[in-house]
Amino acid sequence: MTVTHQELDKLIARKYREGFVTEVEEERLPPGLNEETIYALSAKKQEPEWMLHWRLNAYRLWLKMEEPHWAHVKYPPIDYQALSYYAAPKAQKGSPKSLDEVDPKLLETFEKLGIPLHERARLANVAVDAVFDSVSVATTFKETLEKAGVIFCPISEAIRKYPDLVQEYLGSVVPPGDNFFAALNSAVFSDGSFVYVPKGVRCPLELSTYFRLNASGIGQFERTLIIAEEGASVSYLEGCTAPMRSEHQLHAAVVELIALEGAHIKYSTVQNWYPGDEQGRGGIYNFVTKRGECRGAHSKISWTQVETGSAITWKYPSCILRGDYSVGEFYSVAVTNHFQQADTGTKMIHIGKHTKSTIISKGISAGHAQNSYRGLVKVLKSAVGARNYTQCDSLLIGDKCGAHTFPYLEVKHPSAVVEHEATTSRISEEQLFYCQSRGIAPEDAVSMIVNGFCKTVFKELPLEFAVEAQNLLGVSLEGSVG
Amino acid sequence: MGEVLLKIDNLHVCVEGKPILKGIDLTLNYGQMHAIMGPNGSGKSTLANVLAGREGYEVTQGQVLYQGQDLLAMSPEARARAGLFLGFQYPVEIPGVSNLYFLKTALNAIRKHRGEGEIDAMDFIALVKERMRLIGLEEQFLYRSLNEGFSGGEKKRNEILQMLVLEPTLSVLDEIDSGLDIDALKTVAQGINALKSPKRGFLLITHYQRLLDYVSPDAVHVMAGGRIVKSGGAELAKELERKGYAWIEPLQATV
Repeated sequence: MTVTHQELDKLIARKYREGFVTEVEEERLPPGLNEETIYALSAKKQEPEWMLHWRLNAYRLWLKMEEPHWAHVKYPPIDYQALSYYAAPKAQKGSPKSLDEVDPKLLETFEKLGIPLHERARLANVAVDAVFDSVSVATTFKETLEKAGVIFCPISEAIRKYPDLVQEYLGSVVPPGDNFFAALNSAVFSDGSFVYVPKGVRCPLELSTYFRLNASGIGQFERTLIIAEEGASVSYLEGCTAPMRSEHQLHAAVVELIALEGAHIKYSTVQNWYPGDEQGRGGIYNFVTKRGECRGAHSKISWTQVETGSAITWKYPSCILRGDYSVGEFYSVAVTNHFQQADTGTKMIHIGKHTKSTIISKGISAGHAQNSYRGLVKVLKSAVGARNYTQCDSLLIGDKCGAHTFPYLEVKHPSAVVEHEATTSRISEEQLFYCQSRGIAPEDAVSMIVNGFCKTVFKELPLEFAVEAQNLLGVSLEGSVG
Repeated sequence: MGEVLLKIDNLHVCVEGKPILKGIDLTLNYGQMHAIMGPNGSGKSTLANVLAGREGYEVTQGQVLYQGQDLLAMSPEARARAGLFLGFQYPVEIPGVSNLYFLKTALNAIRKHRGEGEIDAMDFIALVKERMRLIGLEEQFLYRSLNEGFSGGEKKRNEILQMLVLEPTLSVLDEIDSGLDIDALKTVAQGINALKSPKRGFLLITHYQRLLDYVSPDAVHVMAGGRIVKSGGAELAKELERKGYAWIEPLQATV
């Protein structure tokens, strides 16, 4: 059926719609990384002394570490001295007090990306923090959130305004020396979001951060910290895009979630970084450490991710289930096309009694792409009655792509119940023909089949974004998905 | 009407270089129902697939005119939009895609081709429910994934439901009766009869005569070895039922 494969390849020729560049004058640090860079960065952010030391400590740890290469991905060596570690639009001085102080060009950029920040146009039930390169541009609905006692602000602002909270929790889930990229991030992170939901508060809005990587030759190192106190709940979504550039760009984020007793955190990602062109030139290296800790009993952390972009994705949103009866969930759709590579999955660490985890992973590969699921389920001796259910499904489009599954299991308590199911399927010529014979164009048919395949994950996304995710899949497999 | 809806003219088809159809001639007029019968491997399903435009079939000679158009030059979806429907012998499963969503997407694709707008959601539900009643399907059926976990009978009835909703001009039904018990068979026949009209045509491909008891075809053709070896009226089906297919073997040599 070679004819069909060729046709499919044609169908999945991708267009990247967010690839425009915003022409703004930027202030940036010269390329290179040393202690001077960190002093300069910390000064730009007007950080307190303790933060500077925290960064320097991370930097020194990083110097002793080696870049990991165990993931099923291939890329040429990264020259960390060639990158710039800070870039911000010049007009932007510190955090703007209101939208009037924001460069209209930046507002226009976000508007173009479908994230209007103006009062009149913004999304009704979603508070947005918009991050442009290394700085936060604007945060909407601040007053509504303040009234509920919820803090939602750029992390650089939180470091100045809420030092006690930040000091208590920053690095408590992902310590600075956790891994090579986490150490690098801890040393040079520029901005990101901070969320604090006090005891018993249900956050009245969806919170969302939109990351836009605009400048060339910089690394983006965002840092997100979300804390839900006892009985609190919050749903947070991040979105990301970048212009089309022929060189690779590094993005190494760290996200930490902390759920205290009875708290619920739902963290959703729609990742659409520039994936590179059909030949594999350019695109973002997305090397991310995301981890949540269910610190209190009966707490719950749920990760949902739709990963369609990036040249290379390397991320494992994980849950440490420390509290008894805590629950961890991971729902993932990872799409790779052309020469994209994704090595993604999760780690569920069961420590508390009767902890429960669910992993649903859907990998879609097209073109020459490689898509790997890598997951660890670890049940410690203390985790009496732990349960895990894992389901990994791979869908192949064409015959030059690959799907791989690497499940790791470490079970130290005999009462644990761990289930793993995995399937690999192709969009068959028969499925396509069946749809066509009902009048449906092949690209719409592929769209329908892929969306059907991802349904169990999409239904976990906040309603406002489920449609966006479906449309995004449409862009990723342009032509094959409508 | 009496006008020609489908004209197959000396059709030769190869699969992987091997000749399967060796010169099929068939003319079906508007308002007519023809049945094609024959033993396994005679080329019946190949004919159905070629008419619907499936990949992997090489037409080496001959032509097919559908409503006067060159059918073989059209893509499968163009054929469907022009009113051709293939009822599958083995309907395909599509996990996660609801029956209802699939049906609506198909209907809208066809409506769009006709220059009509998308059907109103409420009108659509009403239409589908009405058609479902004809063939005794429960509403719950609409919300299940397309053909996933359907029993053999449900799959076939679902094909008929699609046909009833899409209202094709020419329905080619490939062994729609296979694997059905007598009640399901009657239901399927009911569906077919409900759509019968002077504006449409049917080509039923079947191994057995029993469906034909309920739908009364205008003509019966017997295929063997890639050719139509005998044509006649409904009585030909009865004869086949009585005598089996063995007696037609010698006919192949004479054609």
